[in-house]
Amino acid sequence: MILFDNVSKRYPGGKEALSDVSFGIQAGEMVFLTGNSGAGKTTLMKLIIVLERATKGQVIVQDVNLNRISAKHIPAIRRNVGVVFQNHQLLFDRNVFDNVALPLYIAGFQHREVGRRVRAALSKVDLTQKEKAYPISLSGGEQQRVGIARAVVNRPSLLLADEPTGNLDPELSKEVMDLFIQFNQVGVTVVIASHDLGLISRLNKRQIKLHEGKLL
Amino acid sequence: MKTPGATTTSISMPDLMTAWLRSHRNVAIQSLSNLLKNWLTSLMTMMVLGIAMGLPLLLYILLVNVLNLSENFDGKPRISIYLNKQLEEADIKRVLTVVNEHSNTQSFRYISPEEALADFQFRSNFVDVLNTLASNPLPGVVELIPSYTDPVKLRSQIMELEKLQEVDTVLADLLWIERLFSFIKLAESVVILLALILGLGVLLVLGNTIRLSIENRRNEIEVVKLVGGTNSFVKRPFLYLGFWYGIGGAISSWFLVHICLLFLSGPVELIAQSYRDHYALVGLTFLEGLVLFAVSSALGLLGAVLAVYRHLRIIDGSL
Repeated sequence: MILFDNVSKRYPGGKEALSDVSFGIQAGEMVFLTGNSGAGKTTLMKLIIVLERATKGQVIVQDVNLNRISAKHIPAIRRNVGVVFQNHQLLFDRNVFDNVALPLYIAGFQHREVGRRVRAALSKVDLTQKEKAYPISLSGGEQQRVGIARAVVNRPSLLLADEPTGNLDPELSKEVMDLFIQFNQVGVTVVIASHDLGLISRLNKRQIKLHEGKLL
Repeated sequence: MKTPGATTTSISMPDLMTAWLRSHRNVAIQSLSNLLKNWLTSLMTMMVLGIAMGLPLLLYILLVNVLNLSENFDGKPRISIYLNKQLEEADIKRVLTVVNEHSNTQSFRYISPEEALADFQFRSNFVDVLNTLASNPLPGVVELIPSYTDPVKLRSQIMELEKLQEVDTVLADLLWIERLFSFIKLAESVVILLALILGLGVLLVLGNTIRLSIENRRNEIEVVKLVGGTNSFVKRPFLYLGFWYGIGGAISSWFLVHICLLFLSGPVELIAQSYRDHYALVGLTFLEGLVLFAVSSALGLLGAVLAVYRHLRIIDGSL
């Protein structure tokens, strides 16, 4: 599903965020990406959705070599990956339904199909009642669940989450993690960047540990 | 290794086409409803556009009216063709045929020497003098009213007539008509110049409006790109926004021009009456209206394209 082969990423200005990182993630796996802030977790995620490009090495995701694709094909790559952000990245000028529906509008789904899929996604994250609400009126946990619903509404085979529980208390964190586990159980490959080590150790999943841009 | 394009989604080709059309329709409606939601701001922008486009438009309309007046004007130039004396009937016929077949002839009248003499006798007090003359001193004359008063056309027509063997001289008072035409040419140049300058103004106003709109929706653009929106998907709402602004600008300039004409029609009628005439100002024809809308929406679109290309590159860079 994901293959990093001797990947290095150097930002303009000289700082090497990743150096010679190699690993593979099988389809259907659930993997945690751990390490301190600045260890390169976010950079690694950015490489997977081509927000950044590797300076060296190969990044291959879903059989596509991301180093070789043109800018024109980047949107197609991103549509096959669901991404959950720490700061949710919700749009505050539209309600929950329209936020979740955004990837479907982009992919050009029919109106009826959009409604069906959005409601299915909202029911998975238990927010069916909040469909008409605006994000501003939701709690932090609810906002994060809207973000998750948006990430899975297009039924991607790969789900990335960058510090999805970063701003949540332990109970809400557990709820959110449970959601990811459920998606993984139906076959979705899940990669979660997190430094919530307590929570991770209880889940007993594979960890990819980063330290100052190197694999531990 | 698969090409990335093939892994897009499970949507088949015809569906992609309808999806594309659906997206266009949705975006067009949505950007229009966004405009209407902030109707006061939109209205003000559209009025600025309306004034910028209305000014050259109004000048153009006034020019059309001046041209109209000069066409209807009784003082159309007349060309007098003095024929040689002692012409045969057949020669005169030949001249008249040539005159008749010329493309710029609206109407003509042949005045034979006899008629001219009778007319002269009737109008003047020289009856006695004329009677002493052995023969009729007056030549035959063809009086011609041209269809177009364009001095260039008139000149070439006169030259052609002068070449005829049977023709002695051709007279026409071209000076005032040439002056009128050079004034009209000047006014036309002013209209074009103004249209260009204010068209540039329209582009700048629109570019700025759309830049602001892009800034306001920066967050949205970023999120859309994160979840796989293509560049065209991101650009589309702004292009439609420009288009709608253009349409709005056309509507407001149309109103502006017609309100001005309404305001001017009273004084114009008064002047016409003082000449014992009647003249109604003409407004935009249907076709001119169409051109106005086409040009305006094209300007809107162009302004949007410029703003979008400039500013989305900046946003692209920040991702």
